[in-house]
Amino acid sequence: MEKDERKVKILIAKPGLDGHDRGAKVVARALRDSGFEVIYTGLHQSLDQIVHAAMEEDVDGIGLSILSGAHMYIFPTLIEKLKEQGLDDIVVFGGGIIPTDDIPKLKEAGVKQIFLPGTALEEIIEWVRENVKPRAVSL
Amino acid sequence: MGLVDQVLKGDKKAAARIMRLVEDDLPEAREALKRLYPYTGRAYIIGVTGPPGAGKSSLVDLLVEWFRKRGEGVGVVAVDPTSPFSGGAILGDRIRMQRHSTDPGVFIKSLATRGHLGGLSKATDDVIQVMDAMGKDVIMVETVGVGQDEVDIVKTADTTMLVTVPGLGDDIQAIKAGILEIADIFVVNKGDKPEADKTVRELEMMLDMSTPREDGWKPPIIKVSAVKGEGIEELMEALKTHRKFLETSGRFESYRKDRVVCTFENLLRDKLFQTAIAKLKGNGSYERLISEIFNKRKDPYSVVERLSCQCELESKRE
Ligand SMILES: Nc1nc2c(ncn2[C@@H]2O[C@H](COP(=O)(O)OP(=O)(O)O)[C@@H](O)[C@H]2O)c(=O)[nH]1
Ligand SMILES: [Mg+2]
Repeated sequence: MEKDERKVKILIAKPGLDGHDRGAKVVARALRDSGFEVIYTGLHQSLDQIVHAAMEEDVDGIGLSILSGAHMYIFPTLIEKLKEQGLDDIVVFGGGIIPTDDIPKLKEAGVKQIFLPGTALEEIIEWVRENVKPRAVSL
Repeated sequence: MGLVDQVLKGDKKAAARIMRLVEDDLPEAREALKRLYPYTGRAYIIGVTGPPGAGKSSLVDLLVEWFRKRGEGVGVVAVDPTSPFSGGAILGDRIRMQRHSTDPGVFIKSLATRGHLGGLSKATDDVIQVMDAMGKDVIMVETVGVGQDEVDIVKTADTTMLVTVPGLGDDIQAIKAGILEIADIFVVNKGDKPEADKTVRELEMMLDMSTPREDGWKPPIIKVSAVKGEGIEELMEALKTHRKFLETSGRFESYRKDRVVCTFENLLRDKLFQTAIAKLKGNGSYERLISEIFNKRKDPYSVVERLSCQCELESKRE
């Protein structure tokens, strides 16, 4: 760890009402073990809660776990809400049960990457390391 | 409008951005803190400490609700340890408080210790300053701590609350060793559990046997249940009583002065040290002095004495 290296902060959240957060927790731990600061907000998050948490915690990336099938609503709406708050420099990525056909549409809406079930953790970490950097701040 | 002016208007995003500068120790942080300084020193700061899993975050969540009902603006700083192996951290205290995150009157910030000893992160005091300047009336600082080392919080907070729970036999011992003297309020959480009353009695006994505090404050023991929302009113009452005690005894004021002294001396120490090192390295004498000291041709005590004399001669009256 370099002394004056800025830390990358990632919000991991589980929007909506569905199921469990095992996958999200596994990713959160892997990110921590790779030197990231992970803000974990748990289950059943509304999109407004996620946006406010991202704002207050000044995160650089948001990773969502979606198993409900509502991804075509959740991702574009989140990105819209981030834009409204002037937070569109936050990198949004996600994982879960998402049909491959939907992936190009999600990317067009502004989602940076989608990880399908079975993706190796190392691959996710590597991608985050490459693509999520500390956001610039000026007074 | 710049970030600083936005913070003074209570803007969350601007405050979060400045806190990030502070956390990442970027040069602009100091510029921002300079300009916010005149607007700080007003908030009431509550430290919430205790072992992991005691229910600190759950309790803070309820206290936020109560303070909000009274119309007060609330800041929360939740500090969790950085992993010494990876330098990363999982900050999960928000899980218990997320219902407040869309409330414009509440600001919740998670901080990782980033290798700083003493239970708080290096940035904690500055993050509190930013919340204070935002106009928050109450700021709660949650830290993990049971032992003797994690006493930073006492210097930072006006009122320190120790949260404990039934069934932590060994932790009670740790509390006895360290924190008994510094907690202003003892909270026994998970009061819904049958063993809670026994924990309360044990604590009472321990307090009875300990020497009375110099300041004359007698710390109350409050049994609460964060899941059932019981005992919170009594806890709020205890906080109010302690605050009144601080104000009437002049401590509210003197704690602030102590903090100013602490901040000033820390800054001064850092700055003088950095200046001296930069000068020595700049004129090439650093390496020479080190090797002369290493070869016993000089001793470090005289070298430092001579250097500090030079510094005194140069210094002007501020
Ligand atoms: N039975 C019971 N469980 C509680 C109470 N307060 C918190 N908990 C549980 O204790 C666990 C840890 O709570 P948390 O607030 O995260 O503790 P922290 O680590 O001290 O911040 C959670 O599962 C809570 O639901 C309580 O009053 N009674
Ligand atoms: Mg907690």
